[in-house]
Amino acid sequence: MATQQGSAVPAGHEEYYVPESSGMAISATIGLLLSIYGAASVLNDMTFGEPGAETNSWTIFICGLFWFVATLFMWFRTAIRENRAGMNSAQLKKSYVLGMFWFIFSEVMFFFVFFSVLFYVRVLVGPWLAGEGEAGAMNHLLWPGFEFDWPTMQTPQEAVGGAAGQPIANHGEFFSPHTSMAFGEVEHWWHWLPMWNTVILLSSSVTVHIAHLGLLENNRGKLNLWLGITVALASVFLALQVLEYHEAYTLYGLTLNSGIYGSTFFMLTGFHGFHVAMGMTMLLVQWLRSIRGGHFTADDHFGFEASSWYWHFVDVVWVMLFLFVYIF
Amino acid sequence: MGEHHHGPAKGLKRWIFATNHKDIGTMYLWFSFAMFLLGGAFAMIIRAELFQPGLQLVEPGFFNQMTTMHGLIMVFGAIMPSFVGLANWMIPMMIGAPDMALPRMNNLSFWILPPTFLLLASTLFMEGGAPAFGWTFYAPLSTTYAPPSVTFFIFAVHLLGLSSIMGSINIVATVWNLRAPGMTWMKMPLFVWTWFITAYLLIAVMPVLAGAVTMMLMDIHFGTSFFSAAGGGDPVLFQHVFWFFGHPEVYIIILPAFGVVSQIIPTFARKPLFGYDSMVYATASIAFLSFIVWAHHMYTVGMPIAGELFFMYATLLIAVPTGVKVFNWITTMWRGAMTFETPMLFCIGFVVLFTLGGFTGVMLSMAPSDFQYHDSYFVVAHFHYVMVAGAVFSMTGAVYYWLPKWCGRMYSEPMGKIHFWISFVGFNLAFFPQHFVGLAGMPRRIPDYASQFADFNMLSSVGAFIYGGSQILFLYNVISTIVAGKPVSDDKVWEGAEGLEWTVATPAPFHTFAVPPRVK
Amino acid sequence: MCFKAKRLHRLALGPVLSLLGLTSRLAWSDDTKVNQINMPVSVTEVGASIYNLHMTIFWICVVIGVLVFGVMFYSIFAHRKSRGVTPSNFHESTTVEIAWTVVPFLILLVMAVPATTTLINVYDTTDADMDILITGYQWKWKYEYLDEAGENLTFFSNLSTSQEEIYNREAKGEHYLLEVDEPVVVPVNSKVRLLITANDVIHSWWVPELAVKRDAIPGFINETWFRAEREGIYRGQCAELCGRDHGFMPIVVNVVSQQKYTDWLSDKQAEAAEIKALMAQTFTLDDLVKRGKDVYARDCQLCHGANGEGGIGKAIAGSSIATGPVATHLDVGIYGVSGTSMQSFGKQLNDVDMAAVITYQRNAFGNNMGDMVQPLDVFNHKQGQ
Ligand code: HEA
Ligand code: HEA
Ligand code: HEC
Ligand code: CUA
Ligand SMILES: [Cu+2]
Repeated sequence: MATQQGSAVPAGHEEYYVPESSGMAISATIGLLLSIYGAASVLNDMTFGEPGAETNSWTIFICGLFWFVATLFMWFRTAIRENRAGMNSAQLKKSYVLGMFWFIFSEVMFFFVFFSVLFYVRVLVGPWLAGEGEAGAMNHLLWPGFEFDWPTMQTPQEAVGGAAGQPIANHGEFFSPHTSMAFGEVEHWWHWLPMWNTVILLSSSVTVHIAHLGLLENNRGKLNLWLGITVALASVFLALQVLEYHEAYTLYGLTLNSGIYGSTFFMLTGFHGFHVAMGMTMLLVQWLRSIRGGHFTADDHFGFEASSWYWHFVDVVWVMLFLFVYIF
Repeated sequence: MGEHHHGPAKGLKRWIFATNHKDIGTMYLWFSFAMFLLGGAFAMIIRAELFQPGLQLVEPGFFNQMTTMHGLIMVFGAIMPSFVGLANWMIPMMIGAPDMALPRMNNLSFWILPPTFLLLASTLFMEGGAPAFGWTFYAPLSTTYAPPSVTFFIFAVHLLGLSSIMGSINIVATVWNLRAPGMTWMKMPLFVWTWFITAYLLIAVMPVLAGAVTMMLMDIHFGTSFFSAAGGGDPVLFQHVFWFFGHPEVYIIILPAFGVVSQIIPTFARKPLFGYDSMVYATASIAFLSFIVWAHHMYTVGMPIAGELFFMYATLLIAVPTGVKVFNWITTMWRGAMTFETPMLFCIGFVVLFTLGGFTGVMLSMAPSDFQYHDSYFVVAHFHYVMVAGAVFSMTGAVYYWLPKWCGRMYSEPMGKIHFWISFVGFNLAFFPQHFVGLAGMPRRIPDYASQFADFNMLSSVGAFIYGGSQILFLYNVISTIVAGKPVSDDKVWEGAEGLEWTVATPAPFHTFAVPPRVK
Repeated sequence: MCFKAKRLHRLALGPVLSLLGLTSRLAWSDDTKVNQINMPVSVTEVGASIYNLHMTIFWICVVIGVLVFGVMFYSIFAHRKSRGVTPSNFHESTTVEIAWTVVPFLILLVMAVPATTTLINVYDTTDADMDILITGYQWKWKYEYLDEAGENLTFFSNLSTSQEEIYNREAKGEHYLLEVDEPVVVPVNSKVRLLITANDVIHSWWVPELAVKRDAIPGFINETWFRAEREGIYRGQCAELCGRDHGFMPIVVNVVSQQKYTDWLSDKQAEAAEIKALMAQTFTLDDLVKRGKDVYARDCQLCHGANGEGGIGKAIAGSSIATGPVATHLDVGIYGVSGTSMQSFGKQLNDVDMAAVITYQRNAFGNNMGDMVQPLDVFNHKQGQ
């Protein structure tokens, strides 16, 4: 690996590390491309080879995904090794910090969209469809009988007697749930999973912080213990989330087809769940690095820090979810 | 640990494995030019079909695919990557950095693009054809009523977003972190400033676009009802999300162009840029305002009147900071000692034509009049004035301006001037008459039109062919410069040029500023 | 030859007109619409104020442009190196910078006033004399005259330009692409409220001379209005990309005197009553085929070909559906084939026409089935579903 040989470097500005050319990006591209090509083909039921047979594009998708994940693994391994070999200047480390920070910001914007969608349909669209304000004609000509409340327990389509009776063509069929996820709808409070999930996720933010303190105190045992607990909490959260989805589908009739309530519910919680899984993987990697490789020192532990920021971010999103999806 | 080599690798490996900002910049630039030709070729098909009333060349369905692919490829494949390429080349050199902050990620941002556009273009050959719902892909035409290829389109957009976000994070980190000592914020060249702010726009809105296409995907394949009233959703919701991305997007396209113009005009006026500080603040204000005006694309969807008024007033405000920029450029010229080399010609062309496009923008922003303009060729004229005569002209100027620094050879000035004048005439011939037909009532995105619009459309097509043809001259000029141009001896190249990029050797060596320079 | 010369002449005229005539108010007769370069002057009050707003902003921009470019071109002329000037070095002046921030702001403030009042007027849909519900379909418009008694008058309005003209096999008519089989008819000087919606994708109902453009959004209803102050025929087009034939769904509004309107209305109502009477009737095969032939030419031929040979749609000649069980054939005609451009015609055709066209398809193009469908069969089929 090449570092620049310079003289007379001004204070505060070190020699800059310019990595050697690298094949990782092109490899990642190949993986990404294969996986999206495969995914799109799966969704379109496309088959290679004999037409008409069940889609075999899964193979492409899974190979691509595997390739991509493997590349990412190599990539991060390289970055970690470079750092441990002392090749990263303070300036490069700061670039990594900036990169992670603004990456999280872009994630914030991603969730911002779905929350905005939620507010838009709840505050504006629903009442319009129900004929509020100037929209009287809309309701009595198109959706007679539709009344809006949130969570919507009856879609406009159902209000007019199902897909056959609706005034517009070909937009699919939407069946409302019989029970919503809101507090009070579900039989007993201790059976209300979102509350447990909130407790779990909030405490996991605390545990990851304790782990960080352990790291700063050079207390490896404390770090490993609390980080391990965090990962465990994360997996419990995910398990409960899966359970919740299962109940939604089997007990409450709440599905992706449940009109806008189901759509926003699964979109928000689903993407959140996906981010929890990513955050958990990141924390797990840091945990393994710590116990297996003894990585991290009190003043150099960006991998850990980045993962914990991410974790706090995921946590904040959950709090918003809890408030606006489950409670209000 | 290999040898301490600093030169480029040999052959294909140099490009595929590139981590050098100049190599990556070069690839971006060539890639975007290729996309410009492809998007341009689609535009030529559009103009050829519209040459006369009646259907002669293509079927209506295919025409819609052409319109869609033209818009998508020009915006995401030609303009945006071209400015990213410019950023890669110039930002490190302008702020005295050795490279971009995260070079390997830089390579990934680039290499995602070519296969993604290949995938996008390949939808043309898929069953049911390519996306045919316009570059704005309004639901439900792009969901329930879309061809199957829309799934590929959706994933392609996800990847484009990924590439843009990584590219922008890189720029943000570079500008924050890699400025040479003494290069304070308010000393940064304006091109760096405009890109810095653009990068933030990108980081903020590309995820929004990702959200929009994700909801489409869900509606198409998983039975959700975001954009369907029957389930309690709303097709207009799609438009809100799209334009929350889409309007900042148009400033993503133009802000770097503003930066370029702010570099070139002072050079050829031989006078410092007038009102540097206000340029910076104006750029920031435009960026801020761009987040609160999106619904001016949706005046006719039937928003409540309070919404219409809010978006109308907010949109009007954008004319103020943009005006500040125009006035600053003109005052920079004032009492300078101007010469009119090709880059300067393109910048003057930019100022005139962009301002005209800005004026039509102000007309469009008037909600009641927009009821007449909306989705007519008047809008098409507006945005080609700001995007072609704006972004493309400034990009062309930038290439002429920095090409000698990049390859150490001078382009042919007479040929450059001819290119400018043909472009200028062809462009106006192509797009000025579109104002007329638009006002007279010709809708956009139609393959055939009423006889009363025939003459102006013919004129417009002729102009488009002229403008398109002139790009071949440009290509020829650039290639012959690289291959056989007259070597440039002076590091500074232009008499009036200022800035760090002109202090390094010509052609710029593979690595510049391995040791940070000191800025006084 | 003559045609060509005229075109060239007009081409030359265009730019000249553009210099002289931006405010031209001569856009009345159909003939001067050729090469028209400005917004048509509307026949509504709102339209007139929109037009004025448009021209006001236009002239403000022209003035600003002349000033700004004037300064610039003077500078380009005077401050060029070839004239031997030395560059000065100034690069700041707080005074002018404040001035050119504040002055445009004030100009914009001035612009906002007429815009606001006009907008408020456009949005005032109260006190209408009549309501028309407009529904956009791929690719035609449905008009429903809402009637208090519930006796709504309903019809579809299709492009009537022939494929021959579109594919340049025949000379193009005067109103090429801007003509329909059934125009909307409204009385002059009445406030007409439009309730606009769509069946499938988003369309947009645009008639420039009435100064109305409003999107038709599936599942939602948008309201707008106009009051035409002059009799005449006003033409427009769909203004939102809505799929393949977006360019082929024109709008024609016939503004007539109150008297003519009433006559038209009662004609239409009589027609509707007649259809109603026919519904109960039993037809002979010949009658059905005869009627069906017309319906076919109007509604099916575009996709299925004049001889049932197919095209966009599948061939009817020898089709297994048109020669198979009647019920399946009715299903396709009434409900369409989802996911294809074979849409559901059940609401677009009345039962008589549906019976006729199905019978026709079963007995034409060599499909000699010899059976037939009566209006009552169609009615029953619809009920059964
Ligand atoms: C580079 C891209 C770019 C830029 C910079 C702009 C700039 C502006 N645009 Fe444009 N616009 C587009 C790209 C762009 N636009 C595109 C692509 C579309 C169509 C999308 C689609 O539907 O496909 C569109 C559509 C569009 C619409 C929607 C039209 C419709 O569909 O009905 C509107 C409406 O308000 C609008 C307004 C404006 C305004 C007010 C500006 C302002 O920023 C302009 C400001 C500049 C000036 C005003 C000139 C200089 C100023 C002075 C000299 C000062 C003095 C002036 C005054 C006081 C007036 N644009
Ligand atoms: C920055 C973006 C950008 C750029 C640079 C351009 C460049 C051009 N655009 Fe386009 N355009 C859009 C962005 C852009 N456009 C968008 C966003 C839309 C809206 C899409 C939608 O409605 O969804 C649009 C829509 C649009 C339309 C309306 C289509 C419709 O509504 O149906 C038209 C019609 O004239 C048009 C024409 C052109 C022309 C002639 C050029 C020319 O400038 C192109 C010149 C370049 C070349 C021609 C290539 C170089 C030369 C060759 C390849 C050699 C071959 C040359 C010849 C045979 C002469 N564009
Ligand atoms: C806009 C185009 C279009 C119009 C107009 C149209 N059709 Fe069709 N039609 C189609 C298409 C496309 C199919 C093929 C559907 C499929 O893939 O199964 C079809 C199929 C059919 C079939 C089945 C043929 C077969 O063998 O599968 C019948 C019957 C039919 N149409 C009747 C009609 C009637 C009756 C009308 C007019 C009242 C009509 N169509 C108007 C597009 C059209
Ligand atoms: Cu209907 Cu366009
Ligand atoms: Cu905009």
